[in-house]
Amino acid sequence: MSISPPHNDTHNVILAKETPMPLDCGTTIGAFNMAYCTYGELNAEKSNAILVCHALTGDQYAASRQPVTGKDGWWNMMIGPGKVLDTDKYFVVCSNVLGGCMGTTGPRDIDPATGKPYGLNFPIITIGDMVRAQALLQDYLEIESWFCVIGGSMGGMQTLQWASAYPERVFSAIPIACAARHSAQNIAFHEVGRQAVMADPSWQGGDYYASDAKPRAGLAVARMAAHVTYLSEAALHRKFGRNLQDRENLTYGFDADFQVESYLRYQGINFVDRFDANSYLYITRAMDYFDLVEDHGGTLAKAFEGSNTRFCSVSFSSDWLFPTSENRKIVHALIAAAANVSFVEVETDKGHDAFLLETPEMFKTIQGFLQSSAKSRGLGE
Amino acid sequence: MNGIENATGRRDIRVDWQLIADMVEPGSRVLDVGCDDGQLLAHLKEAKNVDGRGLELSQQGVNICVANGLSVVQGNADTDLVYYPDGSFDYAILSKTLQATHQPHVVLQQLLRIGKRAIVSFPNFGYWRCRSYLAFRGRMPMTNSLDFPWYETPNIHFCTLRDFTALCDELGLKIEQSVILAASGKIMTRSDYGMYANLFGSDCIFMLSKAGA
Repeated sequence: MSISPPHNDTHNVILAKETPMPLDCGTTIGAFNMAYCTYGELNAEKSNAILVCHALTGDQYAASRQPVTGKDGWWNMMIGPGKVLDTDKYFVVCSNVLGGCMGTTGPRDIDPATGKPYGLNFPIITIGDMVRAQALLQDYLEIESWFCVIGGSMGGMQTLQWASAYPERVFSAIPIACAARHSAQNIAFHEVGRQAVMADPSWQGGDYYASDAKPRAGLAVARMAAHVTYLSEAALHRKFGRNLQDRENLTYGFDADFQVESYLRYQGINFVDRFDANSYLYITRAMDYFDLVEDHGGTLAKAFEGSNTRFCSVSFSSDWLFPTSENRKIVHALIAAAANVSFVEVETDKGHDAFLLETPEMFKTIQGFLQSSAKSRGLGE
Repeated sequence: MNGIENATGRRDIRVDWQLIADMVEPGSRVLDVGCDDGQLLAHLKEAKNVDGRGLELSQQGVNICVANGLSVVQGNADTDLVYYPDGSFDYAILSKTLQATHQPHVVLQQLLRIGKRAIVSFPNFGYWRCRSYLAFRGRMPMTNSLDFPWYETPNIHFCTLRDFTALCDELGLKIEQSVILAASGKIMTRSDYGMYANLFGSDCIFMLSKAGA
């Protein structure tokens, strides 16, 4: 795949200017900033727009150079001319989630009430709130319905929330490697990460923005623990085995003797440069709270009753964070709701991260699904 | 079932697809259980403009279907039909899959719970070549449409034409239409499910409904 980023535009818009947006926690949020990137051109009928929802630590730079890291966008291999999300045909939108730290209002931004960064005064947000904010962006862009909403992991949760809360605004939906509710195990992993952040003295109760000391160590540990859950045992073994890092022998100490340790430390250290620790707390919480089953009286099918949206669910065989069984529950609910659904489990040893990697079978599946959806939407070639 | 492995057997299977398609009303809602790599579904979409869905056991078959734009989910006819709501399809099709299910009678009942009608095709184990294979060679029959050795066949519940009609009676299912094919692929005119059809029919296609429905 080419590494040159396709044409992109980065944008900022202030939403909920006149009317504050209600939040699930019971409060409201007034005017807030929404940062987003777009790729391709919106057609005259405004019928070719695809919303890409990013995952926990993703951002709006889905197919653009990330300004902090200078690296290619996280879905560069999916978005671009002639690619699966073909920017010659589709208008692709990706926005930073509410509570994020790449431009959309989040805990690091100034609270107009105090003139200081929100920190822990930022309201608790949910996946529902993130999607509500994206719906305001959709209004702003004057797009009546997305041709497709797509995302993996937390992006998949947003996709499900979109299809459930705004069925008439979503023509097709592709939830990838996700679940309708966060499992106890996943909540547990998130809690480990949050405790790592909060145990760092530099976290200072979340009020570290004016200080030189930032909770870098805590956030790095959180990232390291989480990163393990994105891989698989087989992938770790294939990549690293028990290989030593730049040395012939064990050092009989606590240096990163093993390549896998060195790799994780690198992942942790790099992450803290581009991510805000408080955003990490808020967004992991939003995922923990996500429960479409409970939201619909214990019957997931009710979330999709009468839906005309076309669904394509994708899972990965070695994903143990959002295993196939969780994705299958969504599929069974969609079947029970008589929705139009396809479901593919992709065979791979790459674990949860497979949706961010070169996964040809996922590409083929999504491409085929989008082409048939485009046909029934009347999107010309 | 085993779409990829079976691909060579397409020539004779095509005939039963054509006949199944003839039974389906244009523009109807169709569920193809055991849809393989989606050729029948694609044909029904093309020729009959149906709103088609599929359920397929083999992941490889499912992936081919979805990549080709068909709405298909990976699942098992024995365990996953329970998720479909009552009467949600005009037709539930089971094309050469019945013999591979663990509980054919339950699957048939599920098909007629989900679909207003069921279309079922299966190879007739009472066909004379099967009988003579067993009678004279003393080995489990292997014919063109039943081309697996006994130890690795996915086909675990064979039945004869008469077994099938007897089961329909027992389950209170009404035979709306039927076509019995000779090995040549020609439609047999004497399809009264009697001894002759059971001996010379190699493949059967039935359209069923619930009696009294």
